[in-house]
Amino acid sequence: MISRREFFHLAAATAAVAGSAMPFSRVMAQQKIDQASILDFEAMGQVTLLHFTDMHAQLTPIYFREPSVNIGVGEVEGLPPHITGKDFLGHYGIKPGTPEAYALSSHDFTSLAKEYGRVGGVDRMMTLVKAVRAERPNNTLFLDGGDTWQGSLTSLETQGEDMVKIQNAMGLDAMTAHWEFTYGQDRVQELKDMLEFPFLAGNVTDTEWQEPVFESTAWFERGGVKIAVVGQAFPYTPVANPRYMIPNWSFGINEKMVRQHVEKARAEGAELVVLLSHNGFDVDRKLASQIDGIDVILTGHTHDALPKVEIVNNTILVASGSHGKFLSRLDLDVKDKKVAAYRFKLMPVFSDVIEPDAEMTALIDNIRAPFKDELDKVLGVTDTTLYRRGNFNGTFDDLICQALLEERDAEIALSPGFRWGSSLLPGQEITMEHVHHHTSITYPNVYRTEMKGSFIKEILEDVADNLFNKDPYYQQGGDMVRVGGMSYTIDVDKEIGSRISDMTTLKDGKPIDPDRNYVVAGWASVNEGTEGPPAYDLVAGYISKKKTITVPENQNVKVRGA
Amino acid sequence: MSTKQALSALSRREALLLAAGATIVAAGGVVLKSGTAHADQKMVDEAVMKLIGDKKPAEGKITLELPQIAENGNTVPVGVTVDSPMTADNYVKVVHLFADGNPAPEVASLHFTPMSGKASASTRIRLAGTQNIVAVAEMSDGSVFRAQQEVKVTIGGCGG
Repeated sequence: MISRREFFHLAAATAAVAGSAMPFSRVMAQQKIDQASILDFEAMGQVTLLHFTDMHAQLTPIYFREPSVNIGVGEVEGLPPHITGKDFLGHYGIKPGTPEAYALSSHDFTSLAKEYGRVGGVDRMMTLVKAVRAERPNNTLFLDGGDTWQGSLTSLETQGEDMVKIQNAMGLDAMTAHWEFTYGQDRVQELKDMLEFPFLAGNVTDTEWQEPVFESTAWFERGGVKIAVVGQAFPYTPVANPRYMIPNWSFGINEKMVRQHVEKARAEGAELVVLLSHNGFDVDRKLASQIDGIDVILTGHTHDALPKVEIVNNTILVASGSHGKFLSRLDLDVKDKKVAAYRFKLMPVFSDVIEPDAEMTALIDNIRAPFKDELDKVLGVTDTTLYRRGNFNGTFDDLICQALLEERDAEIALSPGFRWGSSLLPGQEITMEHVHHHTSITYPNVYRTEMKGSFIKEILEDVADNLFNKDPYYQQGGDMVRVGGMSYTIDVDKEIGSRISDMTTLKDGKPIDPDRNYVVAGWASVNEGTEGPPAYDLVAGYISKKKTITVPENQNVKVRGA
Repeated sequence: MSTKQALSALSRREALLLAAGATIVAAGGVVLKSGTAHADQKMVDEAVMKLIGDKKPAEGKITLELPQIAENGNTVPVGVTVDSPMTADNYVKVVHLFADGNPAPEVASLHFTPMSGKASASTRIRLAGTQNIVAVAEMSDGSVFRAQQEVKVTIGGCGG
């Protein structure tokens, strides 16, 4: 592997020879990238699985920066997906500056984004799906890993119905879920009834009798192969999201139930067993090691995009990214109820080079039309790259925290470590739509309350353990809670209660006093009856007042042990 | 939830336990108020010794079914199954459940006979904070087995 510096010199020399004075990334961005090369794939076997997950209701193209910090602890330290930036490129042998590098890593994101443009857009993805279906009409199975109904102004306004229309138009074969449940039990049942394909969640039971609420398994035949798809919803939905919205439903990893579903499917003649999962990658890695007989796990929830599959205990693990940025294709040759051979490609949905599917564009336009004025409302402009994804405060999080502090006159701000939300480039206008990308939830109220210093530490410790517990089964898959008005140090290798130290207020540089009360503003409380303005309105109001947003990279979280 | 409510929640499940051939003879509702004194590993060990004497428990045979993270600490489902043929000369006599964050660590003792058919029972317990659930099984031949799992009770939020 040549160093970045060497590479730069090489690239500069090449540029000089070519008589060009273009900057590094621009030179590299001359790489060929078109629809045909994205679709290029030598078909294999009887079955083609197409998978996307965690679309977060992104109908139209966006920018999306992959994380620069994604720490793995315990057995998964240093294993995919816990590799980022240049290390990620090195691990997969991807050249910096290429379209693949832009799509898959945070390295040189801003300049490459200007070259390669936006990603995603359901109409672009539809073009890819149709092309694969045309090539493999009787072999293709198209699966959605969930977190599809939430994440945009239109999905919030229509309470998820816009996405159901999109999913039906896409002709999906099955889905599982997580954020879907934040529309509440009744609405989930209504939307489920509108779906033209199965909603699978084999790990959801009713709290009273622990009986199944949803179907666990759907059956398909493709290329003569009998396929069982088992759905696994996000196990910690009632913990990570409001319990009161789904009071009668119980979740959990329920390893025993997964094993039962898999064994039952095998007993009923399944030649290929696919787990359509919203567990999160590390949980699925462990699950695959504990349960025999799963051929493929289509992972989700943790938003990881991996250009190659991981193999654990003869199970193929696929990680298809998020936000409609990628479509995975996995071709399988099935012999004697086993996968004899496979071929995989994580297809990046480059918005500018893929011809949009006209029917889907029309549907998207139709869905967005009633909300056009609100979506397009320009609030301000950003001077710096804004993004969220990463284990600790992203710049968009710091923008939200600053809005919370100023608009609610608080000393400390707490903002959830959600993994969704689009990125913005320097010079880009910030619209109401962008604010919704980061705040569009059904429990958006910004509270203002007093918390003791000791309780703030307890919150940080609690969330840190959800992220850095060495046993993946105790991980909830969100990132660290974002803080404003305060700095701290975290040692990810320590145990709960001793990871967080050096908590200091930014205003006066004083240590957080465990016994003093602090005025705290935050949003996305899982407690019923939380009062305050919706986060999207508060943040929009703040940006409108400031007009120009400048957010430097966060320096207030010091990470040790990584 | 008060102790009384916890017990009434148990009694609704008693029907199932009886169906499985087990009877609860000692069911202390697991009630823990924040700030009150609670048990620790030492107290659990002492309680175990009180029930089984100085026998050294072995690992294995017991499967505990518990969530890793409680959805609702007030009512946490717990299932316990012991691998045994349950014949007249080889059966599970009793399974003791302990919670090391409980004011008193003893939660329940589940008695079985060969007539039970299988050594399996489930109930719900209250856990106000993160703690370990310990199961100790006494077999008819005098051998003893032990299993343990941590159940986290978290503040919640911030996922995904």
